[in-house]
Amino acid sequence: MELFFDIVIAGFLVIGGVFGIVGSFGLLKLNDRMSRLHAPTKATTLGVGGVLLASMTHAAVHEHHLSVHELMITLFLFLTAPITANFIAKVHIHRHDTPDSLPDAGEDKIWATHKKPENEVIGPEV
Amino acid sequence: MIETAAIFAFVCFALSLLMNLWKVVSAEDVADRILALDTMFINAIALMVLYGLALGTEIFFEAAMIIAMLGFVSTVAYARFMLRGNIIE
Repeated sequence: MELFFDIVIAGFLVIGGVFGIVGSFGLLKLNDRMSRLHAPTKATTLGVGGVLLASMTHAAVHEHHLSVHELMITLFLFLTAPITANFIAKVHIHRHDTPDSLPDAGEDKIWATHKKPENEVIGPEV
Repeated sequence: MIETAAIFAFVCFALSLLMNLWKVVSAEDVADRILALDTMFINAIALMVLYGLALGTEIFFEAAMIIAMLGFVSTVAYARFMLRGNIIE
């Protein structure tokens, strides 16, 4: 039984390492700005997930206690990775596209990255 | 067997960090640079958890948690600065 769990832990570690290196290699290799977002935000997050699963299994099998720290890190990473990806995509759109080159925004009339905040005061208020 | 797999994962994440560093240096655009730095944060978290697993201590989880929070906040703040010119409107 010990051997079985050792194989599981080693498998999680290898899967995590492969996903991590694929994510970083994709960041170097992909050509398009927007497609470059995919590699780190998805593959690298999965790589960290594999390492955290291995760590949880290791704590449960070899140190005989349930470890919930990894769950916290997993939850936090899986919540925040899409938000950072969304923000970086917005920066790409904001810096490289004009309102003319973007597709029609539909109901909203204008894309949010090009919309000026309402009631904006430019310069010092008198 | 776990030792071999852990060394393999260490090598993978170290190579990932080197590739990200190369991307930070060679990026043609500031948004690419933010993305590469964010990936470096995630890989650093993985390395810390791996180190805690290899040593059998729990003290690295807190460090990994703090790095995760700081990485998220700094990435969002930098992206916000690129979008709006200031961080808190």
